[in-house]
Amino acid sequence: MPEPFPPSKPTLAVWKFASCDGCQLSLLDCEDELLAVAGSMQIAHFLEMSSASVDGPYDLSLVEGSITTAADVERIHRIRDDSARLVTIGACATAGGVQALRNFGDVAEFADVVYASPQYIDTLGTSTPISAHVPVDFELRGCPIDRRQLIEVITAFLAGRTPNIPNTSVCTECKRRGLTCVMVADGTPCLGPVTHAGCGALCPAHSRGCYGCFGPTPDPNIASLAGWLRRCGMDEEAVGRVFSTFNVAAPGFEEGRRHGR
Amino acid sequence: MAGDAPDGDAAAERRQLTVRALARVEGEGRLDVAVRNGSVESAQLNIYEPPRFFEAFLRGRDFREPPDLTSRICGICPVAYQVSACNALEQACGASVDRRVVELRRLLYCGEWIASHALHIYFLHAPDFLGAPDSVALARSQRGAVERGLALKKAGNAILETVGGRPIHPVNVRVGGFYRAPTRTDLAPLAETLRRALDDAIETVRWVAGFEFPDVRLESTLMALHHPERYAIEDGDIRTSGGGGFPVADFDDHVVEYHVPHSTALHARLDGERYLTGPLARYTLHHEQLSATAREAATAAGLDTECRNPFRSIVVRAVEVVYAVDEALRLIEAYERPEPPATPVTARAAVGRGVSEAPRGLLYHRYHLAANGLIESANIVPPTAQNQDAIEADLADRIGEHLDLDDAALTALCERTIRNHDPCISCATHFLDLRVVRR
Repeated sequence: MPEPFPPSKPTLAVWKFASCDGCQLSLLDCEDELLAVAGSMQIAHFLEMSSASVDGPYDLSLVEGSITTAADVERIHRIRDDSARLVTIGACATAGGVQALRNFGDVAEFADVVYASPQYIDTLGTSTPISAHVPVDFELRGCPIDRRQLIEVITAFLAGRTPNIPNTSVCTECKRRGLTCVMVADGTPCLGPVTHAGCGALCPAHSRGCYGCFGPTPDPNIASLAGWLRRCGMDEEAVGRVFSTFNVAAPGFEEGRRHGR
Repeated sequence: MAGDAPDGDAAAERRQLTVRALARVEGEGRLDVAVRNGSVESAQLNIYEPPRFFEAFLRGRDFREPPDLTSRICGICPVAYQVSACNALEQACGASVDRRVVELRRLLYCGEWIASHALHIYFLHAPDFLGAPDSVALARSQRGAVERGLALKKAGNAILETVGGRPIHPVNVRVGGFYRAPTRTDLAPLAETLRRALDDAIETVRWVAGFEFPDVRLESTLMALHHPERYAIEDGDIRTSGGGGFPVADFDDHVVEYHVPHSTALHARLDGERYLTGPLARYTLHHEQLSATAREAATAAGLDTECRNPFRSIVVRAVEVVYAVDEALRLIEAYERPEPPATPVTARAAVGRGVSEAPRGLLYHRYHLAANGLIESANIVPPTAQNQDAIEADLADRIGEHLDLDDAALTALCERTIRNHDPCISCATHFLDLRVVRR
């Protein structure tokens, strides 16, 4: 269990690497809690929100985005050195994000396709999670994260306790909501059995299969689920593609990604 | 550019400023400015977005995947990506979408306009006019205003959540329509929320109209979508301020992207000219299509039949929020649940182009599909790439008028100038280094 923060107002910093801004926006989307959070912590560095910034050290750093440039490798080390606690928020920071699709292709060729003058582009051949570079105190999953879970994590760190974030699959949330299983009832392909809980079974509630945006559960049984996906009519390439999205580089989805290759 | 500066006495005139990070925008930028003989030689907005290669890895994906995949380009305007992608892919496949689906999409998009505009107005932009670093500091003196902003943003997010499943990266959008269409009962609580939001939106226009605006005029061509029946949001053809226009099918003949060494974001030109998309363009070209309430709010706020002052974009955004709330209420009132929620779409070998009006400007998608439904190539032209030349020209003008300012004041003016355009850079780090080289 982490030590509680000092009695004076703890400082919060929010950092961004390669990403869409969506996870840090989740903090601004806490419309009912934002002013309370700002009252209980000093927001010391949060560029999307404030042009006032104070130097570290910081009590809590939230990090969004993946590492894709040499400069970012150095920057994440500086941030770690400056932060008593470091929490990653979102699929990019915890698994490399959708941009980690580059890890399985040829980045030079990608740059040729997208940019008329690829020589101007400075990038690494990989997109890696924060934990590949520095120790991380807690990883909050999701593409994007769930804002209620974000408030839980901040509250837990303020109180000096472990965040109460379930480690189960989307299926458990789906059952708890009393939803009919879209795969069993309708034959809709669904990654719920192997996907980390957190969204509240949003996709099955909208009559579609889970597409895995919270990444893998611990020890996902990919082989078994792949059999079910094929029975739902997916060919091998399609099975490979459903695992190749926002958490493509998460170790638990590796076996799924190799389908059709 | 610093390396071009002359040595010796002349070097004493050279100013290199390394300033605090550019805040309250989405993304990382630096500005390089060169001044010669007291006039601005160049002002380059250097966008450091680490490339994420979306267009490259869309190749080989199924035609049903872009709404989910491309929404991850931007957490602030994911619906814009989903809708432009759907428009392009439905066009490629020759699918005609149910009118009721179009209306529901427009309702979802209104939610994004309200949430994104409220975010920009209250959190990113208003602090510039009120001398505050952020909305939390602003809340100390104007708690009611900030709470109004939060309530307005929450109303927009409530639409996104009810229709799309969640505010960021909605899960309910698919090529052809939706996975599940809400019932009239699902939408009923939104109407309650939106009626309160309409008062907040009108009050927002009054609030921002009272700010002090520098008197400037932006000369770039303006470009926006046009729909014959309504203020264009989720679809339309293209109109420009010169009286020109063209169908979306001809977009690539008119808009050409090019790459400059100083930015990882591509630039774009319209028939060889710089141009601006976004609220100033939409308002100037189509304000007469706004609802009566939004037009009244605009008139009361002192807006004319055109608005070319980027500092006043905050007023135009506020007027567009009134419109989006009004329009969302109308759409909910007239709502007929589409049944089925999506038109079946069958892939074919074709090229499809789709556009829509993201809160900060026009967003274009183009896909080449193979007969098996896999994507052969993709091209996405976001608003910030299109606006970058116009933003740089605007910066050069502001700097040229204020060379007498000291470094801190000039930098602050440059940051404001950039924020006026609500650039959505979505990139890694946010550092703005302003380097002024005077020679």
